[in-house]
Amino acid sequence: MEFGPHLLLATLEGAVGAAVLALTALGLSLVFGVMRVVNVAHGEFYMLGAVVAWFVASAMSAHPAFGFMAAVLIAPAMAGLVAILADRLVLKRLHYDPEATIVATIGILYIMQQTALMTFGPEARPVAPPFNTRIPLPWLEYGENGFNLFYPWGLSTTSYKLFVIAAAAVILVSFALFLSRSRFGLIMRATQLDRETALTFGIPVERVYSLVFGLGAALAAFAAVLIVPIQQAHYLMGADPLLLSFIVVIIGGLGSLRGTVVAALLIGMSDGIISVFFSPTLAKILATLLVALVLVFRPQGLYGKKRA
Amino acid sequence: MLKLEGVSTGYGPVQVLYGVDLEVQRGEVLCLLGRNGAGKTTTLKAIMGLLALHAGAISLNGHDLSALPAHDVPKQGIGYVPQGRRLFAELTVAENIDIGLMTRNKGPATRDRVLEMFPRLRERLAQRAETLSGGEQQMLATARALCLEPSVLLLDEPTEGLQPSMIRLIRETVEAMRREGVAIVLVEQRIEAVLTLSDRVAFIENGRSREVVDTKTLDRTSALFKKYVGV
Repeated sequence: MEFGPHLLLATLEGAVGAAVLALTALGLSLVFGVMRVVNVAHGEFYMLGAVVAWFVASAMSAHPAFGFMAAVLIAPAMAGLVAILADRLVLKRLHYDPEATIVATIGILYIMQQTALMTFGPEARPVAPPFNTRIPLPWLEYGENGFNLFYPWGLSTTSYKLFVIAAAAVILVSFALFLSRSRFGLIMRATQLDRETALTFGIPVERVYSLVFGLGAALAAFAAVLIVPIQQAHYLMGADPLLLSFIVVIIGGLGSLRGTVVAALLIGMSDGIISVFFSPTLAKILATLLVALVLVFRPQGLYGKKRA
Repeated sequence: MLKLEGVSTGYGPVQVLYGVDLEVQRGEVLCLLGRNGAGKTTTLKAIMGLLALHAGAISLNGHDLSALPAHDVPKQGIGYVPQGRRLFAELTVAENIDIGLMTRNKGPATRDRVLEMFPRLRERLAQRAETLSGGEQQMLATARALCLEPSVLLLDEPTEGLQPSMIRLIRETVEAMRREGVAIVLVEQRIEAVLTLSDRVAFIENGRSREVVDTKTLDRTSALFKKYVGV
C-alpha cells in the first residue's frame, strides 16, 4: 500500500485543477474562436472573480454557504459586465484587429491588476468554503484473503473538492448543450464560422462579440470562485491560469470545446500528479514541451481544424 | 424598388466602385455583366451594407438602406446568395436554414415552402453543409436566402461550376421568384444564361455603370458583349 493510494490522492488533486482549468480555458477558447481576439487579460477576469468573491463573502456575515452562494452569482456577473464594458470601450473601437487587441488586452491586464492592488490590497485572502467535510479515501487491495478494504487509511479529500469537480462538469455539459441546442449558441457558431455571412443574415455581430467576451470572462470568474476557498484570492493570481489556459487551448485546438476539455484534463491531471510525485517545475516543463511538440507536429491542435 | 445612386465604395483605401447607378423593379431580373474585377460582387456587397459608402445612396422603396447597420439590411427583405455560396460549413443543413429563418423571424410555414422547392435538402437536414455536393450546396445557399421571404434577391454567380441539371433548377427557382414579384439582381458570366433569364442587362466596367439595355435587344453576337465582356 504505497504507490497506489498516493496516486489516487494525486489524481483527485489533479482533477480539481483540471476542472477549474477546463472552465478558464473554455472562456479563452470561446473568445478566440468567435472573435479572433487573443485575450491576454483573461487571467485578470479570473482574478477579478476571486477578488469579488472575497468582497461578497466578507460582506455577508451569515453562514459561509450564503456568502459563497452570493459570490457564485455575483462574481461571474461582475466579471462579465467589466468585460462587456472593455469590449465596448476598447476592442470595438479597434475593429477587433488581431494585433491591436493583443496590445490593448495587455493594457486591460495592468489596469485590472493595479485596480485590484489599490482596492483589495497585496495580501492573499481566503474565502470560507460553504462546506468542507473531510472524506477519508478508501483503498482496495488484493491480498491473500481476496480483497482487503483499507478505510480509513490516513489520507483524505474534502467534500468541497469533490463539489468543485462536479460543479465544473455540470457547467461544461450545460455549456456544450447551450452551444449546440440554443438559439444564441447557433448564432455564436455561425458568427465564428463566417462573420460576414452572419451579418448578411441579420446577426448583429458586434453585439454577439460583446456577449461572447462577457461570457468568456464570466467562465473564468466562475472558475475562480470555485477555487478561491482552496487557494485564496490574490491580485497576482491571474498569471498561472492565463499561461495554463493558453497551453490548453493550443493543445486542444482553438475553438474546439472537446479539445479544450480533453487538453485541460491532460494538463490539469498531469500537473497534479507530477507535482505530487516529482516537482511542480517538472510538470510545467513537460506541459510546455507538449505545447512545443503539438505546434511542430499538429499545429491545429488535437481537435482543431486546419484552416483553409 | 431597389435603387443605387452614385454609389462609390471599396475596400479600405482601395476604391472599386465609382458612382454606380442601378435600379431594379418588382418581378424583374436585372443582370450585372462585366469582366472579372469590374465591381459586380462589390456592388452586391455594397447593397448588403458590408462596405461603407464613400458617396451615393442605396434605397429600397424610398427607405435609405445605406444609413442602416449591416445586420439590419437583410431584415428589410434582402436575400443574399454570395459568391462561392459561403455556407456555414460546419453547421448542418437544418441549422443553415434556421439562420435564414431567424433573420426575419419566419416560421415553419416558410421552412416547409422552401424545402418543398428543394426536396433534396429535406433528405439531408442532419448533414453538415460542407459534406454536400456542389449543387446541393448551391441549393442550400439559395434556400437559406429564400427563408427571408425576400422582396429583393441578390445572386452572385449562382450557377458557377454546376452541372446542367442543377443550372436548370436554379434557373427555375429564379423564374418562380420573379413570378412572385421578387426583384432579382443576378451576377452571371454565361451569356446563354443572361439571355434566357434576365429582363435587363446592366454592363459594368472598371467600377462604373455603363449601358443598361433590355435583354430582348441583345443576342449572342451583340457588340456590347464584345465590348464589356470580351466574348
